[in-house]
Amino acid sequence: MKATLETKIGLEVHCQLTNLRSKLFCGCSANYRGKEPNTHMCPVCLGLPGSLPVLNSKAIEDAIMIASALGADISSRTLFFRKNYFYPDMPKNFQISQYDQAGGVPIAAGGSVSMGNGKKVRIRRIQIEEDPAKLSYEGTIDSASATLVDYNRAGIALMEIVTEPDLESPNDARLFLQNLRSILEHLGVSDGSLEGSMRCDANISLGEGRRVEIKNISSFKEVERALNFEIARQKSLLDRGAEVKMETRHWDELRRVTVSLRVKEEEHDYRYFPEPDLVPIAVTPELIDKVKANMPELPEMREERFVEEYDLPHEVAQTLTGNKRLADFFEDCVKSYPDAKKIGNWLVSDFLRYLYEAGLDIDESRVTPDHLVKMLQLIDSGVISGKIAKQVLKEMMTTGRLPDSIVEEKGLRRISSRDYIESEVEKIFKELPQAVNDALSDEKAVNYLIGELMRRTSGKCDPTLANEIVSSKLSKLKSKQTAA
Amino acid sequence: MASRKVSISKKEVKHIAWLAKIELSKEEEEVFTQQFNDILSYFRKIDEIDTAEVPPTYHPLELENVFRPDEVVGSLPKDKALQNAPRLKGSFVKAPRIV
Amino acid sequence: MTNFFEATASETALKIKGGEVTTEEYISSLFERIKKVETKIHAFVETTEKAALSKAREIDKNLREGKATGHLCGVGIAVKDNICVEGIRATCSSHMLQDYVPPYNATVIERVVGEGAIVVGKTNMDEFAMGSSTEHSFFGPTRNPWDPERVPGGSSGGSAASVAAREVAIAYGSDTGGSVRCPASFCGVVGLKPTYGTVSRYGLIAYANSLEQIGSIARTVEDCALLLTVMAGHDFRDSTSAKVASKDYRECLKNDVRGLRIGVPKELFAVGTQEVVVKNVWSGIKRLEGLGAACEEISLKSLEYALAAYYVIAMSEASSNLARYDGLRYGYRVKSDKGDWNLVFSQNRRQGFGAEVRRRIMLGTYALSAGYYDKYYLKALQVRTLIKRELEKAFGKFNVLIGPSMPILPFRIGEKLKDPLEMYMCDVDTVPANLAGNPAMSIPCGFQNNLPIGLQIMAPPFREDLLIQTAFTFEQNTSHSKQTPKL
Repeated sequence: MKATLETKIGLEVHCQLTNLRSKLFCGCSANYRGKEPNTHMCPVCLGLPGSLPVLNSKAIEDAIMIASALGADISSRTLFFRKNYFYPDMPKNFQISQYDQAGGVPIAAGGSVSMGNGKKVRIRRIQIEEDPAKLSYEGTIDSASATLVDYNRAGIALMEIVTEPDLESPNDARLFLQNLRSILEHLGVSDGSLEGSMRCDANISLGEGRRVEIKNISSFKEVERALNFEIARQKSLLDRGAEVKMETRHWDELRRVTVSLRVKEEEHDYRYFPEPDLVPIAVTPELIDKVKANMPELPEMREERFVEEYDLPHEVAQTLTGNKRLADFFEDCVKSYPDAKKIGNWLVSDFLRYLYEAGLDIDESRVTPDHLVKMLQLIDSGVISGKIAKQVLKEMMTTGRLPDSIVEEKGLRRISSRDYIESEVEKIFKELPQAVNDALSDEKAVNYLIGELMRRTSGKCDPTLANEIVSSKLSKLKSKQTAA
Repeated sequence: MASRKVSISKKEVKHIAWLAKIELSKEEEEVFTQQFNDILSYFRKIDEIDTAEVPPTYHPLELENVFRPDEVVGSLPKDKALQNAPRLKGSFVKAPRIV
Repeated sequence: MTNFFEATASETALKIKGGEVTTEEYISSLFERIKKVETKIHAFVETTEKAALSKAREIDKNLREGKATGHLCGVGIAVKDNICVEGIRATCSSHMLQDYVPPYNATVIERVVGEGAIVVGKTNMDEFAMGSSTEHSFFGPTRNPWDPERVPGGSSGGSAASVAAREVAIAYGSDTGGSVRCPASFCGVVGLKPTYGTVSRYGLIAYANSLEQIGSIARTVEDCALLLTVMAGHDFRDSTSAKVASKDYRECLKNDVRGLRIGVPKELFAVGTQEVVVKNVWSGIKRLEGLGAACEEISLKSLEYALAAYYVIAMSEASSNLARYDGLRYGYRVKSDKGDWNLVFSQNRRQGFGAEVRRRIMLGTYALSAGYYDKYYLKALQVRTLIKRELEKAFGKFNVLIGPSMPILPFRIGEKLKDPLEMYMCDVDTVPANLAGNPAMSIPCGFQNNLPIGLQIMAPPFREDLLIQTAFTFEQNTSHSKQTPKL
């Protein structure tokens, strides 16, 4: 649904610093996924009386690296603040976070992320904070009679990246998040494939309408869906002349709707004040330089390198580096296959398309660089045609079987037997005299005959031979006609 | 004892009680409102002293850059961690419903 | 074995290490004493006789085997009930934490147990350390051993009373606005609040983080210094812990104040200070002059605003520190969850917290709230800066500042409960040290009708040596510390 009203979207992105081994303020292991609930806790992250936080030094280094990569200004002195509010997922009923008012200075501010379509999204601020616990319900949030709390996630380090409301559509949001994810993965600080590692709250307003906040979007994939729903919801209200309330809504992933939580935005008063149990951080120029010197290759730099080193067209390089795993996949393939351009083309077109159609992430597909390289080698050696290879690729993606085994099992070998082709062509010429007639006078109609041959051979016919035999048969006929 | 009379309304007291998640009885609303007025009026004594250009002191000690290394130290066993939880459901802590 | 409870901690440790008495005998005698006097004073929330005797036997075994024993070998210590001892309830004298058992030890407990001390019980206090009389306790008040109709001071009233009553020789207290010095003064014992950051707060159940420190309470300056030595020092688990090297504060026990420059701020003798207090404190100051010190009256104007600033800051921090008490992971929970989390939390907190705690939480919430933050919280922090600066300036001229610990004599139980402000006023002399982070100590300097009066000494940050030396000299040259309540 296209929003004809001016749409303003701002995102508050929360990315876990998944490269950290321990939590932000305590020594509990950060590797909590798939573990039994409430087994990764200590007095600090559980909020027991008398516990005190101590800051993980690597979190600051990660933050500096992220800020550098986004071109943000890094503060020379940064503080932690308490954001005071009650909620069942809050072990202390305040979150140790950062603030940009009342004397507060977040770790960085400013910078931008490009959306890849020429547009840039400005970053308002970047800050470090702790993750709350995970809530689950028996049923849905509004029907469950109790809430279940798992504190394993409580205290995990989060980077909050807040954008200006520069995004104009759900598609913009998707592109922005994709690029942001690529940057963070290239930096090695955050792995977007881990469940819940990248979450988002969105603020959206249509035209003159009020701003609605959408919370609980658990992954970047869900963002476009949530925004599309919300735009439709707001549009229908505005169309009916009804008012869009300024409120916080909760995205229900299962039912795919936003639900009003009936909490008025105006009543929130977080009573921010500096965290008394932590001391200020002085970020020295030396530290910033050290972090910058050790920074991995960023997507933009990698893109330039791909163009230079592999002679790839700009758009292909951009698409590849827009996803770290895709770019890594590409470079792995190139190690054992000389024609980088070919690999690039396959990856950015059919490979991505089939992934999208199957609803898979690149790490969910069974295709490895080895698979792709072997497939290309089969094409090169004439065993299969390019067209047939597409089928093979699709099959590899879901089964993980190697290309030659697929080709054998499905009998996809290219047909190169002259005799066989000739006999098929004979049949076609006999059965479609009108088409043959057309082909004698019209070039384009020849393709129809070749197409028919391909169809009858399930695409396996060697196209060169097909062309040659059909053309030669036609010219023989032509000579006969002229002779006659 | 009161330096400047503060008048905080019962409505404000109710709002604060809501922010602080403390239920108030009607009686308590009355008593607390009156007590808060007296106490806050005394607090306003700090208005009498000039603090223009004076920076706030958040910490009596001027410490900076206190860190711990990114190392796993270990966690409490689940039973110990949850030994004081009033309500559990399996390994989860059971909380009241959200809405 | 008789009257072992009269011995100081230092003497006891020596006797035990020297084999004059076994730890078991000594600890048993403490519990006998406790049984005798507890009904009269109610200093303890919980005593741990079985565990203590078991530990005593273990120490005796180690001694027989010639193993390491520690500075406080076998000595019994009472611990304020807001300091976590693993496996023993830490109630903060609140209904909210009535059944709460911490799964970990506070750093100060690790240290004191590491030196051979034995936790004898958890002492009564004002709920969540909010009070100056130990009357705001869910378990009922503690009574002053000098006069059981009167308060022992607060909020570490139980700790001070247990030391004064000779149930233990040493105790841990906590001091946010005077909560070690006030009960030390009212109970006629010695109480020391260290420089902020000297002692780890890990395991101290927080009331106001930027103001509080765990302090030592004892009958002699030597014991106070010994306990400080054991508990002080940097702790990596507390980010606000100062990087101070370990120090033996007993080296400061010198009987000498020649050349000591004493400042006497007249603001500490403000309107409301009882005549008898003024008289006894000045007599104490004159005594020190007689021993070679020089004293001068000074005026520190900013101290007039200290009390108001203190309460704004303390209540603000408390409102946030006590937010965690929602009945989910620990603490009081209503019988059944009838309603959403908002309602249940609000009910848990109403029923779990006493009135004074609820008052302070709400006032603190107000002081931090939108529209009031600048007027109250921020302004109070600015006043704090002025106080800090003025004290620094004064310490440029003087070695120590002296005044009363409390403006009044111990009052009757129930006397100051009608008006919260009246109780707050008791802290007027003690709060400056908490605001600025300076170390301060209270030492007995006289009696009126058998009721103790305390003299307060303040020193520059990290100059506990000056405190201890001054207090020790005073103690050695007077006999106030030798008085005992009749129990």
